[in-house]
Amino acid sequence: MSVIERLPVSTRGRWLALAGAAGVWVVAYWVNGWLWDLIFYDLLGMAPEGRLTETLHFFFYDIIKIALLLTGIIFVITVLRSYMSIERTRALLGGRREGVGNVMAAGLGVATPFCSCSAVPAFIGFVAAGVPIGVTLSFLIASPLVDAVAVGLLLSLFGVKITAVYIGAGLVIAVVGGWVLGRLGVERWVEQFVFETKLGGQTVESTAGLSFNQRVQMGIEEVATVIGKIWPYLLAGIGVGAVIHGWAPEDFFTRYAGSAGVFGVLVAVAIGIPLYSNVAGILPLVVALYDKGLPMGTLLAFMMAVVALSLPEMILLRRVLKIQLLGVYLAVVGISIVGVGYLFNVLLT
Amino acid sequence: MIVKVLGPGCRNCVNLERATRDAIGQLDLDATVEKVTDFPTIVGYGVMSTPALVIDDRVVLSGRVPTAAEIRELLAGV
Repeated sequence: MSVIERLPVSTRGRWLALAGAAGVWVVAYWVNGWLWDLIFYDLLGMAPEGRLTETLHFFFYDIIKIALLLTGIIFVITVLRSYMSIERTRALLGGRREGVGNVMAAGLGVATPFCSCSAVPAFIGFVAAGVPIGVTLSFLIASPLVDAVAVGLLLSLFGVKITAVYIGAGLVIAVVGGWVLGRLGVERWVEQFVFETKLGGQTVESTAGLSFNQRVQMGIEEVATVIGKIWPYLLAGIGVGAVIHGWAPEDFFTRYAGSAGVFGVLVAVAIGIPLYSNVAGILPLVVALYDKGLPMGTLLAFMMAVVALSLPEMILLRRVLKIQLLGVYLAVVGISIVGVGYLFNVLLT
Repeated sequence: MIVKVLGPGCRNCVNLERATRDAIGQLDLDATVEKVTDFPTIVGYGVMSTPALVIDDRVVLSGRVPTAAEIRELLAGV
């Protein structure tokens, strides 16, 4: 029996169930720190300032914290975004001119439920519906870069200011990047069959007409899918973060990486591009590095490089984009991210 | 009845195909199931979120794997 068939059908029962789940979530989040204090300091009698204690405490506390945050954020965002669909986004962007179109595409990239596994049909569908290539690329850049789950996690871990900076920078990169690529006349580097594809039949909006229970079910399934897929990255990220937290001296990065600050951002982006991970997997690491004095601009650039440019998505997009366009895409987005890193290293210090 | 499962071979596409075959078996329908993995054809149906289900050339569902009960309704309703 699937989840949906177990959910209370009455409106009242449904809201009671959701409120109950939210209550359990809040209590668990609140008890988490206290629980590990109790286990490590009181039950095991370990000294709070010991390196091993700090490492283990960080590790277990963060696993629960990040798992809870991810569960809550993914669930809420999936349910909210289920009221939007890629088909509606395409209808909004169809026939839109460049400029305005790029701005809209970047914004819609955040709001539309989209999996990079659908990048190819979405690309063909957008182009076939008359959305300019540059506008389509703005959407494809924004969608993973300003990922709603990443934004939710950033907000919980770093607060409003850093999150606003991240969103702003991500949107600007998507708008400008897509616009520049459109201006370069990259049509000649798009596979010919894309332009020959005709839209037939009627368009079915993928999320239209769902009951609220079905949207809740989608939320639960999405949580299970994402956590099932990323937990190894999550454990690795938190593990490395915990070791850095416990063993690296307080001013480690200000002393070593800080002096090499000119190249810091470049190195971070160069490491980030081939590193394929979900944003949730690298955020614990980012938190630990930030605590040890690595500048925020460098860290934001690292995060952006990891999420915006990934090899698997490039391989998928190769079906519709020629290698030259992929190269230019990588260069434009990569250079923008480096620029953002330097800018915020100056502004945020 | 010709039922087509549209999708490039992702995990959800496999899940949808299996669920569809199960439903056809349960309803004892005379239907053939075809897999469509070719992108231009998929988009030709107006579909941008995979997997999608097409019954007798009509798109009835896209972008998600429905429950077994929902698939049975879709198949029986045509």
